Amino acid sequence: MTAYIIRRLIQAVIVVFGVTIIVFIILHLLPGGPARALLGPRATPQAIHQFIVQNGYNLPLPVQYGRYVWHLLQGNLGYSYHYNQTVNSLLAQDLPKSALLVGLSYIVALVIAVPLGILQAIRRNKPIDYTVTGAAFIGYSMPVFWLAFLLILGFAISFHLLPPEGPQGGTVGAVLQQPLGLVLPVATLAIVTVALFSRFMRSAAIENMVQDYVRTARAKGVSEFSVLFRHVLRNSLIPIITLIGLSLPATLSGAVVTESVFNYPGMGLLFWTSAQNKDFPVLLGFTVVVGAATVVGSLLADILYAVADPRVRYT
Amino acid sequence: MAIGVAPTGLEPASAATTPEGGEAQAVGSIWKLIFDVFVQNRLAVLGVAIVVFMALFSFVGPFFYHTNQVNTNLNQVTLPPSLKHPLGTDDVGYDVLGRLMKGGQSSLEVGLAAALLASLLGTAWGAVAGYVGGWLDGLMMRVVDSILAIPPLLLILLLASIFVPTIPVVILVIAFISWLGCARLVRGDTLSLRVRDYVQAARASGSRSGRIVLRHIVPNVIGTIVVQTTFSVADSILLLAYLSYLGLGPPPPASNWGDMLSNGLNYLYDGYWWLIYPAGIAIVITVVAFNFIGDALRDSLEVRLQQR
Repeated sequence: MTAYIIRRLIQAVIVVFGVTIIVFIILHLLPGGPARALLGPRATPQAIHQFIVQNGYNLPLPVQYGRYVWHLLQGNLGYSYHYNQTVNSLLAQDLPKSALLVGLSYIVALVIAVPLGILQAIRRNKPIDYTVTGAAFIGYSMPVFWLAFLLILGFAISFHLLPPEGPQGGTVGAVLQQPLGLVLPVATLAIVTVALFSRFMRSAAIENMVQDYVRTARAKGVSEFSVLFRHVLRNSLIPIITLIGLSLPATLSGAVVTESVFNYPGMGLLFWTSAQNKDFPVLLGFTVVVGAATVVGSLLADILYAVADPRVRYT
Repeated sequence: MAIGVAPTGLEPASAATTPEGGEAQAVGSIWKLIFDVFVQNRLAVLGVAIVVFMALFSFVGPFFYHTNQVNTNLNQVTLPPSLKHPLGTDDVGYDVLGRLMKGGQSSLEVGLAAALLASLLGTAWGAVAGYVGGWLDGLMMRVVDSILAIPPLLLILLLASIFVPTIPVVILVIAFISWLGCARLVRGDTLSLRVRDYVQAARASGSRSGRIVLRHIVPNVIGTIVVQTTFSVADSILLLAYLSYLGLGPPPPASNWGDMLSNGLNYLYDGYWWLIYPAGIAIVITVVAFNFIGDALRDSLEVRLQQR
C-alpha cells in the first residue's frame, strides 16, 4: 500500500511536469512568439527585442524551460498586461469562488445521484428506471450553456423566482451573501454531474445487490432498509470516490461555461474573457494551476480508494 | 493455430475472430451475433434511425427545401413560424429550417471528421505504446495523462485562441483533445493481446513489429475503436457547440447548430423561442443518438468477448 502510494505520487509529479511542458510548448506556438503574444499587436520592435532579452527568450529552449519551471516553483505564474496584475493575484481572487461553485455542485449532485442510483437499482428495468436513465442521457448530452439558459428562462424570466445572474462580488464571503444568485449556477453544474453519477451509482448498486454478503445479510433477517443503506450503499460509494476524481476535468470545463453564462466571477469567467482578449499569461498560468489541481485531485481519489476498499490489492 | 500461420503469405482472415484454442466456429457468425444483439437493443435502433434522419435532413433536405442561406434579408428578421417559414426566420432574415440543414452539415461533418482523426491518432499511439512497452510505453502514457489533466474546455479555448478557427483548424483542435481516451483503451487491449499465442507465433515466424501491430493487434481492438469513435462523435458535436458559444468557433458565413443556438440565446428575453429550441433539440437528439449507439455497440461487443 505504501509502495503503491509512493509509485502513484511519483507518477503524479511526472504528470505535473508533463503539464508544464505542454504549456511551455503552447507558449512557443503563440502567434509571433511569446514576446509578440504577451506584449500585444501594437508593441514596437524595440519593445519586443527588449522583452525577449529581458525574459531570456533568446536562450536555448531547455534553458528557457528550466527558467520557466524555476519561476513556477517559486510560485510566479506570470504577469497579465491586460489587467496589469500578477496572475497569482488574479488567481487568489477568483479560484476560491470557483472552488465554492464546484464544491457546492458536487455536494448537491451526490445528495441527489446516490439515492437516485439506488432507487434505479431496486426498480431495475421498471418505468422509473427507464425514465431516470433517459433523463440522465439527455442531461449528459445537453450543451451546458443551453441547460443554463433554459433554467434562466424558466426560473428567472417566466417566473421571477431567482435572479438570472450569479452573485457578484470580489470574495467568497460576498458571494455567499447572495445565496439566491447561487441557486441556478449550482443547479446547472449539479444536473450535469447527476446525469453522470447516477448511471455509475446504478450499476455499482446492481452489482453489489447480487453479492454474497447481501444474501447473507438477508438470510440473517436484516431488514431491507438496513441491507440497502448499510451494505449496498456503503459498498457502492467506493467507486464514486474514483468517479469524483475522474470527473474533475469535465466538471471544471462545465464551470467555465456555467460561469460565463451566469457572469459568475470565478476562474472560468476570467479564463473565458482572457481567451477572447488573448491574454496569454492568464490562460497559461491558469492552465498550469488547474492541471496540477486535477492531478492532485485524482491522486487523492486513488489514495482514498485504496484506503476505503481493503479488498483492493495493489502490486 | 500457432503452426498454421504462414511466415510470409497472408494470415487467415479468421485470425481476428477464431476463439483461441477454442472450438471451431463458422467465420462471420460472431459478427452476426453482434448484429443480432445490437438490433435487439431498441434504443440503439432508435439511435441509428435518428442519425440517418439527421444526415438525410442536413445533406439531402436542401435539395427539396430551397432557402437563401447566402444573402441576409433585413426585411424579414425574427419572423415567427408561418407557412412560408415553418420555423420562422432568425435575426438577419435567414430561414431557420434551412439554416438548421446547413448548420447540421457542419456539425455532422466536424463531429465525424474530428472523431475519426482522434481515433486514428489514438489507435496508433495506444497500439505502439502497448506493443513496444517499457520506457516508451511509460513516456507515451504520461503524455496522455498530462493532456488529460488539463480540462478539455480550457485546452480547446487556449488552442482556439492561438489559431484562426477555420473549419479544418477546429477539426484538428477537437481531435487533439479527443484522442486520449482511445489511446488509453487501445493500449490496454494491446497489452493483453501481445502475449497471445498468435502474436507470439507471428513474432516467432519473423513478422516485423509494424506488421504485427497492423495485422494482428489492430483488427482485434477494432471493436473498442468503433465504440470509442461513436462516443467521440457525440463529444465532438458538443465541443463544437461550446466553441461556437464561447465565440471561438468557425466564423460566418460558416454555421453550425451550436452557432445557431448561441446566436438565438441572445434573444432569450424577447420570446423568440424558434431561435432557441430547434437548434438545441437538434444537438441534443443527435448527441443522445450517438451515445445510444455507442452504448449498444459496447454491450453487443461484450457478447463477443464472452464468446471467446
